[in-house]
Amino acid sequence: MITSDETLRIGVYVCHCGSNIAGTVDVEALTKFAEGLPHVALARHYKYMCSDPGQELVKRDIVEFGLNRIVVAACSPNLHEATFRRAAEDAGLNRFLVQIANIREQVAWVTEDRQEALEKAESHLGAAVRRVARHVPLQRQFVRIVPRAMVVGGGIAGIQAALTLAEAGREVILVEREPSIGGHMAMFDKTFPTLDCAACILTPKMTAVKLHPNIKLLTYSTVESVEGSVGNFRIKVKRKPRYIDESLCVGCMQCIDGCAFTRAKFPNAFDQGLGLRKPVWIPFPQAVPPVPVVDPEVCLQIARGKCKQGCVEACGERNAFRFDQQERIEEYEVGAVVVATGFHAFDPSVISYYGYGKYPNVYTSLEVERLLNAGGPTSGKLVLRDGSTPKRVGIIHCVGSRDANYHAYCSRVCCMYALKLAHLVREKTEAEVYNCYIDIRAAGKGFEEFYNRVQNEGVQFVRGKVADITPAAGQGTSAEGGLVMKVDDTLLGSIREINVDMVILAVALEPQADANQVRRTFGISCSAEGFFLEKHPKLAPVNTANDGVLVAGACQGAKDIPDTVAQADAAAAKALALIDAGQIELEPNTAWIEEDICSGCKTCINLCPYQAIRADEERKIAVVDPALCKGCGTCVAACPSGAARQHLFGDEQISEELEGLMNYV
Amino acid sequence: MNGEPKGKLALYWAASCGGCEIAVLAINERILDVDALFDIVFWPVAVDAKVHDVEKMADGSIDVCLFNGGIRTSEQEYMARLLRKKSKVLVAFGSCAHEGCIPGLANSTSRRRIFETVYHETPSTENTDHVEPQPSTAVPEGTLHLPVFYDTLRTLDQTVKVDYYLPGCPPEADRIWDAITAIVENNLPPPGSVIGAETTVCQECPRKRNEKKVKKFYRTWEIIPDEETCLLEQGLLCCGIATRAGCGARCPQVGSPCIGCYGPNEGIHDHGARMMAALASTIDSNDPEEIDRIIRDGIPDPVGSFYRFGLAASHLRRKKEAMIET
Repeated sequence: MITSDETLRIGVYVCHCGSNIAGTVDVEALTKFAEGLPHVALARHYKYMCSDPGQELVKRDIVEFGLNRIVVAACSPNLHEATFRRAAEDAGLNRFLVQIANIREQVAWVTEDRQEALEKAESHLGAAVRRVARHVPLQRQFVRIVPRAMVVGGGIAGIQAALTLAEAGREVILVEREPSIGGHMAMFDKTFPTLDCAACILTPKMTAVKLHPNIKLLTYSTVESVEGSVGNFRIKVKRKPRYIDESLCVGCMQCIDGCAFTRAKFPNAFDQGLGLRKPVWIPFPQAVPPVPVVDPEVCLQIARGKCKQGCVEACGERNAFRFDQQERIEEYEVGAVVVATGFHAFDPSVISYYGYGKYPNVYTSLEVERLLNAGGPTSGKLVLRDGSTPKRVGIIHCVGSRDANYHAYCSRVCCMYALKLAHLVREKTEAEVYNCYIDIRAAGKGFEEFYNRVQNEGVQFVRGKVADITPAAGQGTSAEGGLVMKVDDTLLGSIREINVDMVILAVALEPQADANQVRRTFGISCSAEGFFLEKHPKLAPVNTANDGVLVAGACQGAKDIPDTVAQADAAAAKALALIDAGQIELEPNTAWIEEDICSGCKTCINLCPYQAIRADEERKIAVVDPALCKGCGTCVAACPSGAARQHLFGDEQISEELEGLMNYV
Repeated sequence: MNGEPKGKLALYWAASCGGCEIAVLAINERILDVDALFDIVFWPVAVDAKVHDVEKMADGSIDVCLFNGGIRTSEQEYMARLLRKKSKVLVAFGSCAHEGCIPGLANSTSRRRIFETVYHETPSTENTDHVEPQPSTAVPEGTLHLPVFYDTLRTLDQTVKVDYYLPGCPPEADRIWDAITAIVENNLPPPGSVIGAETTVCQECPRKRNEKKVKKFYRTWEIIPDEETCLLEQGLLCCGIATRAGCGARCPQVGSPCIGCYGPNEGIHDHGARMMAALASTIDSNDPEEIDRIIRDGIPDPVGSFYRFGLAASHLRRKKEAMIET
């Protein structure tokens, strides 16, 4: 199979890339140099090798001159390696007998001196010629793709992605860690700038998820581990016990009435702790699935083993309670994953001068959303902690955003939701509202119009950053809770002290607390601020560094609902394009084990980032699964016996390439 | 083989400890078979033939020469060239000829430093006249000659062309016998090969292996390893994973980690580099400071641990002159 040295006939093609290469590298001299290299049968230069005539040149020469190795000195192999491999194959040559010398990105674009550029190009070309002489023909291999997708996170991003995939006829597994899907959007009262009721537009989608035959919904569940790679992920999902059998529960909620606790006394996290719940509870009335969960820490039956079990009695012959339910792990095979794990609302208690957590009438925006929401703890009445209605309300923008001490970035949605809250507060209470802002960012469809509308409604806009919030000694409208916002009004040019009885902090959107762990589980990267990193900010905005793992929604960066939904559909489309392809070509540069040499020392087994190596205990050797191997070379470098080898990266090929590099510098 | 003329065998001892000479005798009574098959034409430790006898032999008249030891002096180089010329098959016998072995570790210092230590600094040395060996010394009776002591120890194949290698410090008796049998039966691998296994010591080691995760390395005197588990997994620096098989995993079987005397496996050039790359992958930490500590505390002598046998043959070969403290 290996062509002996005597019959090697290497064709070398130097690309001008217009003036990109030829402007810096003397392509004629480089071609002359190539002619003098061992086994080079012919060398040419051409204006655009990647063009059709350029490729034709290669094809014709292969046939006419019997070339059996091709070197193209051009741009990065990331761009046109596939092009020339295909051209070679069209002419009957094995596609892996082609090598690219990157003289554009690595030479022309980074070298000023022409002589130096020529020398550098010669060493790259020399290395490629030496290397390609050691290439052997390889077979292309394909692996079947599991035609199923998983969506992780059941907020609006995950819901949208799951529905789009399901409607396209694909099986979807939707994993949500909370007892219900809906995410942050389910907490909101209205949405900006149209003031649609959030529940009215979200709950039909939630119900659609529940009813869709192609969607398997796993709530109260988290992803434990991800093995395999694009097309063939094996994902373990941890199902937390609800203590209620989902398949038997009809969602009548009578168990909640029947609970031994006659009154709700535990804070409801969905209501930001403003509302109370019982040990058996449901986050909100429209929850999907409409199945309560039992909190094992406070349920008398589970925590103490002793309760009259009014819930079980209320459940009656449906008999859905399972106090012995255990956490369990389920494994799913999927071809693609959409990660849509959302955001975390910034905790403003770290900003001491805003007094959140210290002054009871300083609220976060999310708390106020719950107070305004008809399904919330006050049934939609905006009241202070003492039950009174606020008369003067301050809204502070950019809390935790655009602040070098917390997050330098703009959270993009706060301006608009702060305007929305201002509108809703005035609508419900007729209170005086002061919005203290740095800049108003209203760059969206209908946003500027909404800003004008809220201005016209009489909301006071103060351009300045609030420096301090202090209790107003007896000055406030409510003697107990009165507060003073000290703000540098930059338009007025003076420091103002504004008396209010309620402060709303428009908090930043930040990555989920466990984003780093999630990132590791799925093998994707994150940006400096911790949001998941897309493969390319412009051209691959929903792909990630891990093929087959896509991102959507606020886990990738702060964004509003329309952008989230658009991105979710994009991720679903990408997932669909992938799993509908049916099969995927494997990397040619996979690792393999020389079985006679392997002594089964197991050094490599746990090094593989793709779990592609297993130990064959019978034969006492390691075995690489080529369908899982991504050709990273870790095992090859670590193998102490030299049994782990890699296609296209044999010792011989690498050392020839190095020798080539060294020889011609 | 009866009736056929006897072959001619030579054995020589260059820069090595002499253990290889004894190892030849470890084949026990089979040495009589060797004697039946070969005329031993040169073997300074056992046979009374002199260098000038070899010089007089026709080129290529020796069938097989088993050459142990590296090349440290001008005399050893002369003998290597002479025996190469006179022998049809030259075998680098044992670790010193194969890859430099312990004498090769002195490539981490210089001739100057070696002379300083040996002739001046050791506590038992009294050398007030600062005498050091000289290539030639004039005395009233004439000029005395000593071989030149080279700055760098070279392996046999860095000096002359070698046909076969027999690894080990020393080679195991059974492997020596395998090699002799192969020579006699003309059943040799292609020239340039190592005569031996093409896998590593783990293959012959009965200890139980799991995935390797090492939190701490121990010196051999610090722990008593359990009898069943892989020594490396217990934190002992066992080089068996990277070392050519053939010894029968004798050391690890008795609880002593492999020190790598059989050298790298087939196709591997740098034994120490392989061992280090593998070991680096087994350290169970992602914290750079902790990794540093694990290495510093557990492997105080990296050259001695990874290049004990192979420094002279490795890509490193020797320490740079400028880095040697004088």
